[in-house]
Amino acid sequence: MKDTRSRRPLATALLLLPAALFLLLWFAAPLGELLRLSFSDPRGALAAYRELVTGDVYRRVFANTLLVSVVVTGISILLGYPIAHVLTRLHGARLHFAFWCVLFPFWVSVLVRTFSWMLLLERNGPVNAALEALGLTSAPLPLLFNNTAVYIGMTHVMLPYAVLPIYASLVRIDRRLLLASDGLGASPWTTFRRVYLPLGMPGVGAAAALVFLLSLGFFITPALLGGISNITVAMLIEHLVNERLVWSLAAAAAFLLLGVTLALLFVAARLVPIGQALSER
Amino acid sequence: MRPVAFRAVEKSFGAVRALRPTTLDIAGGEFLTLLGPSGSGKTTLLNITAGYLAPDAGRVRIGERDVTELPARKRNIGMVFQNYALFPHLSVFENVAYGLRSRGCTRSEIRRRVEEALATVQLAGFGGRAIRQLSGGQQQRVALARALVIEPDVLLFDEPLGALDRQLRKHVQLEIRRLHQRLGRTTIYVTHDQEEALVMSDRIAVMREGRVEQIGSGRDLYERPANSFVAGFLGESNLIEGSVTRVSGDYAELSVPALGMAIRGIAAAGLAEGEPGAALLRPETIRIGADTAPCLAARASEIVYLGEIVSVRLVLADEREIWCRRLSNLGEVRPGPTTLGWPAEEVRILPIHSNEETREVRHDRSS
Repeated sequence: MKDTRSRRPLATALLLLPAALFLLLWFAAPLGELLRLSFSDPRGALAAYRELVTGDVYRRVFANTLLVSVVVTGISILLGYPIAHVLTRLHGARLHFAFWCVLFPFWVSVLVRTFSWMLLLERNGPVNAALEALGLTSAPLPLLFNNTAVYIGMTHVMLPYAVLPIYASLVRIDRRLLLASDGLGASPWTTFRRVYLPLGMPGVGAAAALVFLLSLGFFITPALLGGISNITVAMLIEHLVNERLVWSLAAAAAFLLLGVTLALLFVAARLVPIGQALSER
Repeated sequence: MRPVAFRAVEKSFGAVRALRPTTLDIAGGEFLTLLGPSGSGKTTLLNITAGYLAPDAGRVRIGERDVTELPARKRNIGMVFQNYALFPHLSVFENVAYGLRSRGCTRSEIRRRVEEALATVQLAGFGGRAIRQLSGGQQQRVALARALVIEPDVLLFDEPLGALDRQLRKHVQLEIRRLHQRLGRTTIYVTHDQEEALVMSDRIAVMREGRVEQIGSGRDLYERPANSFVAGFLGESNLIEGSVTRVSGDYAELSVPALGMAIRGIAAAGLAEGEPGAALLRPETIRIGADTAPCLAARASEIVYLGEIVSVRLVLADEREIWCRRLSNLGEVRPGPTTLGWPAEEVRILPIHSNEETREVRHDRSS
């Protein structure tokens, strides 16, 4: 008994070793190198950061990235919450089928889905044709190469990431709490507002954090669906590396984004107990 | 202090008849316990009263109001759930205040009534605590306060003491009884624990397979059970089966070929000559070492000393076992051959509870 207990930390360390080594080699080390690069500007150690913080264009790129992420997060939560709620009401084969529908997009490459949206949203595409046929519009709407297209495409990718944590949280809410609220005279709206919504909040928080963080670094969808004025940080980094070959600036932009991400995550963790939604109640 | 009335209320879940047509009247201020094994329909009846389940047919009345079509929120009921169903994200105060806020009470009234309710369940000063900081017993009392504070027309309990340990359960049983005697609210209490039912209830309805088998005070049910199911469910019982040979006046005779004797006892209602029956011998009815008739040879095979009483297992001539209890100060019982007897006026001859088909057949024949 004593023997097994003293051996346990060793076993834990051995089990974690491969993953730890992998991350050290292929994640921590390149990150360190990137950090070094960000301070390697010939004009001075902090020159790259100074340029990013003071440059008008760069600031607009960061602002646009945040805007896209916030909007996509908001839409994903608003669309994902009712879906997650419906999922909690289903059982057996219906639940399996509904889950399959929610998860199906994961099986299709983001690239393929983004190209599909380009076809759907283009000037003479089926969406515009349908709108005109229904008499809702008289001329084709500019649906592609702007933020609208980015919102649609990214929300499509992000929706499962929003649905799953919310579902995990909602499905754990004891149905008897809702009955108790009803029995105490509360209207359905009050029951939702005072019991169901607050108890599902950890899941909503986790979903929001997940979608927001993934959105901040998203590249393919904004690059293909967005316009020239809708550049995100990820696109900026790509541009700096591949077109302008200024590695110090690209590295500094990456670290600024990482810094903003960590700061926001820290604040979010204070506001809602995110880990709680995914661990025990 | 509203009465509750059920008129031919029934409910099925698919092919399962959870509640057969049930008509029941509960007086205003009465404490009625629905007692039965799981699947007997007691919780179904409770949920129909609360408004959490809609009956397939029949009417439910609370006071003068027909509430059959009303949702739970409009019935003014106070329910204490099996797992308490306290809101984990709200404080003790907010849990208790919940029903009052729904009713649009003023802030000062809420404060006053919540504090009063918490004092009633001896939790004064606990308002600021979080639910998870409370012990099981304290949570139970918060649930009780939350149900009481809205001054419900009916108080409903769904096996609320199941999660408590035995010692605490006894204590809370007496507390609930005192509270009921003081406040006098009409109460329906669901349990499968016969002791709980006996401690608290004015009347007990014993349920089986979706119907009420018998309803009466604890003493009624224990001393005058309607059939062998009720006798077996409430208290310990020795049931000796045989066939009814004679019913005359208050008494009946049951012939038991296996023992080569006839047992005489007080006849229950619905007993018919020639039909199967059972003699109910309560453990305390049996006298060990009796020498007056009726007298039966037996062997004491196991003797369990329980403090004030001794429990004795007796093996009869046909290897049938019966249990007998007597006070310890009546002298020691030794293992080995002995005789036993009983006064006929303490024995009851009961109809045998049968499974559903035979009962329905018998019912058809009599109607």
